Amino acid sequence: MAAVLLQRIGLALVTMVIIAVVVFFALELMPGDACSVNLGRGASDSMLAACHTRLGLDQPPIWRFVTWAGDFLRGDLGISMQRERPIAEIVGWRLRNTLILAGVTSVIGIPLALGLGVLAGLNPDGPLDMAISGVAIFAMTVPEFISGTLMILVFSVILGWAAGVVTIGYKAPAFELVKASILPAATLIFILAAHILRMVRASVVEVMQSDFVQMARLKGASRRRVIWHHVVPNALLPAISIIGLTMAWLLGGVVIVESVFNFPGLGRLAVDAVADQDLPLVQAIALLFGLIYVLTNLGADLVALILNPRLRTRRQ
Amino acid sequence: MRGARRLVVPQVLRDLLAKRSGRIGFVIVCLHLSVAVAAPMIAPQDPTHQDAAAMLQSPSLAHWFGTDRLGRDVFSRTLLGGREAMLIATLATVIAMAWGSALGILAALIGGRADAIVMRFVDAMMSIPWILMVMLFVAALGSSSVALVPVLGFSYGLSVVYLARAATLDFVTRDFVVAAQIRGHSRWSIAFTELLPNVRDSLAVQGAMQWSWILLAVSSLSFLGMGVAPPTPDWGQMIADARGIMQRAPWALIWPMLALSSLVIGMNLAVDAWARATGVERNRRVPGA
Repeated sequence: MAAVLLQRIGLALVTMVIIAVVVFFALELMPGDACSVNLGRGASDSMLAACHTRLGLDQPPIWRFVTWAGDFLRGDLGISMQRERPIAEIVGWRLRNTLILAGVTSVIGIPLALGLGVLAGLNPDGPLDMAISGVAIFAMTVPEFISGTLMILVFSVILGWAAGVVTIGYKAPAFELVKASILPAATLIFILAAHILRMVRASVVEVMQSDFVQMARLKGASRRRVIWHHVVPNALLPAISIIGLTMAWLLGGVVIVESVFNFPGLGRLAVDAVADQDLPLVQAIALLFGLIYVLTNLGADLVALILNPRLRTRRQ
Repeated sequence: MRGARRLVVPQVLRDLLAKRSGRIGFVIVCLHLSVAVAAPMIAPQDPTHQDAAAMLQSPSLAHWFGTDRLGRDVFSRTLLGGREAMLIATLATVIAMAWGSALGILAALIGGRADAIVMRFVDAMMSIPWILMVMLFVAALGSSSVALVPVLGFSYGLSVVYLARAATLDFVTRDFVVAAQIRGHSRWSIAFTELLPNVRDSLAVQGAMQWSWILLAVSSLSFLGMGVAPPTPDWGQMIADARGIMQRAPWALIWPMLALSSLVIGMNLAVDAWARATGVERNRRVPGA
């Protein structure tokens, strides 16, 4: 058990280091750097040189990588080009807002997806399954910005239930952000739940055909007992790692959904940073997203490990 | 099922048309492709022509789908709006499939430490959401359709590495591969003559899927203002543009949404049918990829 735990944590650390290397050196390979991109083509040599010295771009790349990564670990994310302020300050509030949005999405979306997946899987190809799976396939196929726009069209313009775009600032109190995240979260849930419930459905269908469920039925166990004691626990175990993987989608989807709803989070900040050609800010956000992804996956792995004794032996 | 069956065009077509959903998907995709090719000939008006006297007009005989906030003809723009995104998607798919399958097949064939290192890198890069990966490059290179092709080709090739490796692993220990190794064939020759023909079906299905994911990526980027640049009409861009006026001019929003959604849904139906008919494990959209 301890060996497996250490192995997982070690792998996560290695992945984080590789992400940092990729995020840093991908831009090294590009023509231009933070200064030339930000100052534009008309910048004079002396302006460029001054900017290079200010950002330390005159240092060798390896050294810059080490200081960049070291500063990052100490919570110093560098200076934003466009905003002339420490990135940590700009990113902090927006990170909170995105976490609120992701939190609302997960708290409602994951139980909903698990429930619907089990319902669909218990009667595969029944009318309920057809309805749930049909909507799920639609949700998985259509891009986020179309589902988001449809949400605004239906719930805001036609029904008038909720405001279509978020107008509050990024420093608004948490409860106001929870209110503001209703429609963005609904969009994310619509897609997130579709991915998870398809997996859960498949897993329920598989467990229903297994020998131990047959056995329980033949023993005369009630349908309810078979479902709750035999099918559900076994079918939900694989779902845990799927939830971890789906977080990667959630983090990417957040960028688009936040932009659709004007939600003041990290994703929209990334879009703004690209428009401003603020390379250090884009790099910091990409690294942050990568780290969040690795951590959530590690978390999902550890939960699966605790709940499923079969995973605890070391595999090659 | 996955054996060395010849991948000839009539066979693919027969597989596709075997089921109703496949037929529907095939017809939708063909319709889209022919519209995309013929659009410059059949579009009734110049899609970039702005008419201050005809802004936000509802559908009429002169403007079948109405006009947008700059008085441009929505019908002509919808007909032409998929061309650039489809072209980018096609080129990027070719790049993604080429490097992704080459690396995946070689990793599976060589195995050992090289395989482990390659997969760790691919794994790590896939933990950065694709959109941030693309945005990183767009911020550095500026947003242009030309820059998007290699960037998307690279990002989407990562999941191809996975699939090609998994498909190849099924074959590397088979007798015919071992025999080729004993005969002294080089790795390249084994990859091309022994393995590639066997994983071709899986890769072809994956390629079709990649195409529709990349198309979605291009449209999403255009929506965010980082993809196809105006004045070239594009569905994602049209949707972003019409969002502010959806109450007054819903037609400017709905037609590009319908066009893009129908193409992607049609592509999914067709690929599903094709995958089922060839017995290829259909790789669902990898979350995050």
